[in-house]
Amino acid sequence: MWHILKYVARRGRITEPPPEPLAGARRPAHLIHDELLAILGRALAIRHVDAGSCNGCELEINALNNPYYNIEGLGIRFVASPRHADMLLVTGPVSRHMEVALRRTYDATPAPKLVVAVGDCGCNGGIFGESYASRGGVANVIPVDVTVPGCPPPPAELLAGILAAVRARPPVGEGEAAQADFAPGFN
Amino acid sequence: MEVFGLDCRFERLDAPVPTFGARVHAAQWSALALAVAEAKGRLVSLWGSDERAVGDGFAVSAAYASADGLLWVKLGLDAAKPVYPDISRFFPAAIRMQRAARDLVGIEAEDAGDGRPWLRHGAWPADYFPLRLENTGQERFEAQADAYPFVVVEGDGVHEIPVGPVHAGTIEPGHFRFSVVGEKVLRLEERLGYKHKGIERRFMGMDTDEGARLAGRVSGDSTVAYAWAYAMAAESLVGAKAPERAVWLRAVMLERERVANHLGDLGALGNDAAFGFALAQFSRLREDWLRLNRECFGHRLMMDGVCPGGVARDLDADACTKLRRQVADIAREVAELKDIYDEHSGLQDRLVTTGRVTPELAQRLGLTGLAGRASGQAADLRADFPWPPYDGLAVTACTHRNGDVAARVAMRFEECFASLRMIDALLAGLPGGAIHEPVLAMRDGVGAGWVEGWRGEVFVALETNAQGRIARCHCHDPSWQNWPVLEHAIIGNIVPDFPLINKSFNLSYSGQDL
Repeated sequence: MWHILKYVARRGRITEPPPEPLAGARRPAHLIHDELLAILGRALAIRHVDAGSCNGCELEINALNNPYYNIEGLGIRFVASPRHADMLLVTGPVSRHMEVALRRTYDATPAPKLVVAVGDCGCNGGIFGESYASRGGVANVIPVDVTVPGCPPPPAELLAGILAAVRARPPVGEGEAAQADFAPGFN
Repeated sequence: MEVFGLDCRFERLDAPVPTFGARVHAAQWSALALAVAEAKGRLVSLWGSDERAVGDGFAVSAAYASADGLLWVKLGLDAAKPVYPDISRFFPAAIRMQRAARDLVGIEAEDAGDGRPWLRHGAWPADYFPLRLENTGQERFEAQADAYPFVVVEGDGVHEIPVGPVHAGTIEPGHFRFSVVGEKVLRLEERLGYKHKGIERRFMGMDTDEGARLAGRVSGDSTVAYAWAYAMAAESLVGAKAPERAVWLRAVMLERERVANHLGDLGALGNDAAFGFALAQFSRLREDWLRLNRECFGHRLMMDGVCPGGVARDLDADACTKLRRQVADIAREVAELKDIYDEHSGLQDRLVTTGRVTPELAQRLGLTGLAGRASGQAADLRADFPWPPYDGLAVTACTHRNGDVAARVAMRFEECFASLRMIDALLAGLPGGAIHEPVLAMRDGVGAGWVEGWRGEVFVALETNAQGRIARCHCHDPSWQNWPVLEHAIIGNIVPDFPLINKSFNLSYSGQDL
């Protein structure tokens, strides 16, 4: 245990400020907290769905959890069920064999049901395109709010895309906290 | 060359790893499979193709690893009744490959036990074969009924846990059907193919340079291994050689890919045993590693860094210095973390004896690559057939015999140190000269590439048509061999240990679903 604590203490904190939505500039974490609270009224829960990618995008999505990006520190976390999620982060292309699973995941997600399509393939099918086996981009199967191109997009761009999708939503109204939007349920 | 006393002539392909090709008839097809199995060789891959354009009906190919190198045999099949002798009697790993060849090309292994589709779910009808020449691959079908008969386990208190295709973490999709009593797993049956996106069909008609981009996206975590195997195939097809500096840089990238994956896995394995510290520290090291990839190779995962004819980008002296300094830093950090792993009894308790595959079982089922070496299967192409620049690096295959999660963790540490040493040696002795020689297209050519990726051996078979474009490109991932063994590794373990065992293999879904 002593060895572990010493190792941790020697490395210190390395977390970097997160990027502006879809821009290069970086802003302090507490502003992101405030913004998430203003728009969503709580932390952001993301469900990742791999609908047929080469796994490159997953590697970069996983990197968001490392101490440099420290996405949980921003009030954003990945959850295990669509029923707990505000946002679906979908990588593609959507294979025909994953089409039903993706639709069901979407149906099981409560409002606000944000969808971010990740990677060139998630945007438009990329190098795999559309075929007997592939539906191409995510938008061909479920509605998409924001696309994050790149092959794969680096973590900072993923984070910028996630924040852009949140920002595209109107803030929750005073007092009412948009009850209908956040009631647990399936739509 | 004559092999195993068979009366068919093998021609050597012009590849840096010894590769031999031959056309066989049905009796030789079976005889060779038996001979390779008896000599404890391995089945590397099996795939089908439609050769009616050149008047040959269909064909089935098999690639074997023997002591002499890779043997690629092709058996022509009747266009009206394309059947071939089953080889899963000798190599259990062939079962799923034969099922996939039937789904894609419509060729059938005679008397093979399992008649269920593998890569075809409900996306296209049973009488449509995407790799047949009369089909364009652009057909669209209504979703078909998809009732897959899983093997049912019966008995008092047995119940099933279906998992997937959408999994709980940030991982690829596939379906696992557990039959359990209480917490104990009696049987796991995998169903994969969810990510099938028509890669092999996509290759057909591409020019060989376009194909390189696609090959680099078969499995994102092995993009360098695939790109190199593909480049090797494209170069062997025309008898071209990549410049010396380029092959050294390819090896730097391949070893960096290996280290990147091992760092990621070591952290994730610790995390799956509830040791969050490990994930934080290893993911930090991995991020440092990927950032320097981007700076030096232009891409965090080094996609499209290897191309037919050489590499896309050169390293200057400054980059070499940075890379070597990082190697030293990472080696020091990983050594320190290894001590922490070794001394952590709570962690070791979760790893030792969990998900065990004995060397005997590994040999029988054809377990390959890193997982195979953790179960006493000493094959490593870099050591067995050291092609340049590995011929100067004196690579020895790291092996363990326990075959449990702890052994696969230990393998990763050892290979990480070995790769760091290799990267340093390669950068220290990097020869000068060009980094790329254009590779011309060739008509009716045949080429093959075989590379030891981080997960295991990646194989690419490439054939061009009369226009010099790709007639058939088959990419093979070692996950084909290892997925079925995972079903055995979990038997008798508890359900909560499955994520840990699964991660210790870390197999590719995309690479096998194609």
